[in-house]
Amino acid sequence: MRQFLTVVAFTLLTIGFFAAYSNYGIPQIEPAPPPKEEKLDLAAMSPEQFIALGERIFNGKGTCTLCHNELGRAPMLGNLADILPERLKDPRYKGAAEDLEAYLIESLIEPSAFVVAGFGKKGSNDAESPMPNVAGGSIGLAEAEVAAVVAYLQDSSGAEVTVEIPTDADAVEAEEEAEEREAITEPDLLMAKFTCPACHKINGQGGDVGPELSKIGASRDRAYLRRALLDPNGDIAEGFEADMMPDDLGEQMFVTELEVLLDFLTALK
Amino acid sequence: MNRSGLIICLAIAAVVFPGLTALAQEVAVAGAYAPAPKLTTADYPTIAGVNSRIAVWIFAQLHLWFAAFVLAVPIFVFIIEVIGMRTRDKRYDDMAYEFIKVAITAYSLTAILGGMLLFSLILFYPHLFNYLATIFTESMFYYAVLFFVESAALYIYYYGWHWLQGGFKKWVHLTLGLILNAAGTTLMLLANAWLTFMMSPAGVDGAGVFSGDAWAAIHNFLWNPINIHRFVANIAYGGSIVGAYAAFKFLTANGPSERAHYDWMGYNANFIAICALLPLPFAGYYLAAEIYTYSQQLGITLMGGIFAWLFIIQAVLIGTLFLSANYYLWCGMGRSDGAKRYTKYIKYIAVVLVGAFLVWFTPHTLVLTNEELKALGGPHHKILGPLGIMPAKNTAVNVMILFTALSFMFYRRANKIATVGWVNAGNAIQVALFTAGIANILFLGIYHGYFTNTVYKVAASIPQVLTTVIVIVGSITLDSFIYRGSREVAPLHWGRIPARAQYALFLLAVSFTWLMGLMGYIRSGIRQHWHVVDIMRDASADAFTPTLGYAANVVSVAAILFMAMVIFVFWIAQVSGNKTLPAGYWKEQPP
Repeated sequence: MRQFLTVVAFTLLTIGFFAAYSNYGIPQIEPAPPPKEEKLDLAAMSPEQFIALGERIFNGKGTCTLCHNELGRAPMLGNLADILPERLKDPRYKGAAEDLEAYLIESLIEPSAFVVAGFGKKGSNDAESPMPNVAGGSIGLAEAEVAAVVAYLQDSSGAEVTVEIPTDADAVEAEEEAEEREAITEPDLLMAKFTCPACHKINGQGGDVGPELSKIGASRDRAYLRRALLDPNGDIAEGFEADMMPDDLGEQMFVTELEVLLDFLTALK
Repeated sequence: MNRSGLIICLAIAAVVFPGLTALAQEVAVAGAYAPAPKLTTADYPTIAGVNSRIAVWIFAQLHLWFAAFVLAVPIFVFIIEVIGMRTRDKRYDDMAYEFIKVAITAYSLTAILGGMLLFSLILFYPHLFNYLATIFTESMFYYAVLFFVESAALYIYYYGWHWLQGGFKKWVHLTLGLILNAAGTTLMLLANAWLTFMMSPAGVDGAGVFSGDAWAAIHNFLWNPINIHRFVANIAYGGSIVGAYAAFKFLTANGPSERAHYDWMGYNANFIAICALLPLPFAGYYLAAEIYTYSQQLGITLMGGIFAWLFIIQAVLIGTLFLSANYYLWCGMGRSDGAKRYTKYIKYIAVVLVGAFLVWFTPHTLVLTNEELKALGGPHHKILGPLGIMPAKNTAVNVMILFTALSFMFYRRANKIATVGWVNAGNAIQVALFTAGIANILFLGIYHGYFTNTVYKVAASIPQVLTTVIVIVGSITLDSFIYRGSREVAPLHWGRIPARAQYALFLLAVSFTWLMGLMGYIRSGIRQHWHVVDIMRDASADAFTPTLGYAANVVSVAAILFMAMVIFVFWIAQVSGNKTLPAGYWKEQPP
């Protein structure tokens, strides 16, 4: 028993040492919380504020400085204006830009249009850039945010800032709304939210652009309805036209909302 | 045990099969796959105030530890059985049986914990599970089938051990061992596909819509690097846990013969752990390089961002592993009367190992406050800073591996006297091989690390690894020729080893367990706030990346739970051999 207790104590001490070292032997860095969409009040922004916004995105949400830094992981961007004419004439350039603004937007969205020698993906012979498209994936910058980064890069490389502050921020706002709203759990509210009755009639209420849904649960099963919601042009009901129903409901709806709607529709008998 | 394993198999099948079949039918009818769902906090159920992430984290970690153990043990049991068959030395067969006896109880616990992981994933992360199950329907089905195959093979392999002995029957037994290992390894490969899909998704478009190509999703970019890393690490881990078992039995042994047996068992377990430990840093390096190749962002998050400090903790743990494995070998030299010839060199090996460990331990790019920056005079320390970069660490780890191999060679030589006439020339060649190898490793590290630009800084890693491999394989091969037909100094005194050496085996097992937990955290943590990188965002309240201290605490609690279960497994293995004959309890039966 004594040996057993000694072994247990030894094990606990070892684990305790590792835990204590991890808690007190090294600094505790609080990682940044998951990014949240910022509400951009572009209309009230001066050009300087817009450039400052670009700088914030460049150093923060855009994660640009992870690679564009002094460690040499990616090219530095301070002299872009000077080298642009040479770059646009480079036979390896695959893009269509004719000025700095277009070139920068292209580089952010399609980074492989031109890869600086020595900075390509391993094995691609500098034909493919390791940089992701900043408008997609984990960075996911909105159009206005890309424009702000371009303004900042133009300014920081000593060029004239030609990019205009977007006035139409609808896209940004729509995205914010989708990110921030709570999932709807009531089918009536859900139908109203996605304006289904504008085209579909249910129990005498609604339009006639799409098929009537009052007894849809009796003739169609859940799988069919799911497909009809996610891919409305996959199978058009007789007598109705294609391309009338939005085909991005799968992206607009939360997954729980889709199920609520399916529960509701399949019960209509 | 037998029955509990079966019940768990059925329980899992009952949960998985109907769910998967329904899912498959739904997808087949719909004919199309939905994009990855966009979730909100409300989409994550809260159940009885349990923290979802910690629950899944702990169950996953416990399952992984046991799974690593029960996958690894049959691999080396199979090898030991083959050695026993070839040498006709029954001690190997007995040892293999004792190893598998420990694994069989652990197998039931692996299944229980796998079931708990599955249930917690379905309960706490239903949409994530649903999304993954849609893509991996077929592989989940085959996983369940293979689980039955593995269970059947394991039970026949274990319970039939004494029955299937000698001649053809032994071959049948060995074939069962092969089937068991093939099924176990395939299970691991399938589970690896699911987790690597979450890191480097394939077979889906930008919105997460599955193309229907299951092989593309399985064969994603990081699948093979993880497969290799886990396969090697599991063997090292299995060896270390069995070593801890032998150490405990040694400490509580009754009499010298039992002590000698468990000393021999502990030595073999440590040998297995070291053999797998030596290539492990290379497998880890390959995995990290592949993560970087797949996504520069993931790679930088892993090595240079918020996780940079984790590698300092990792250095402490790997240093502990190497030092404890070497210390055990040095103590083990006491078994031989001829070891005196080599003990004088041990202090130099110890100095080199500690030196290499300190280089590995030296941080490079750290997140500093302004005051710290001012006190340090810049982001890197003026003298020690250059030791923090990767080429210095690669050099240090290669040197560490070479000197561990040297410790092992000294141990092997300790009890032998070479009889070949060219022994001096052979020794000189070995010294030259080690000297040239170390010089080459140092040159490559210094030249590429400090005299080339950043792009070529890690170019030294592959020639360094090749140098290490050539020196180890070359010198061990030469050694086997030098000591062909050698004489023994005296019979080895198994059991003549201090008790503190057994604590080196415990330290090896505990450090390995904790290190696996820590590296599991970083592998999963680099996804940050994504369930599936760039495809499916984690919108739960726990989407934040925890601090290292927080992660270390979760890993420590899980490690304590695991160790408690392991002690239970060891105890059960022991209890099964105990017999009590209560006097006067049973009615006397007429003859």
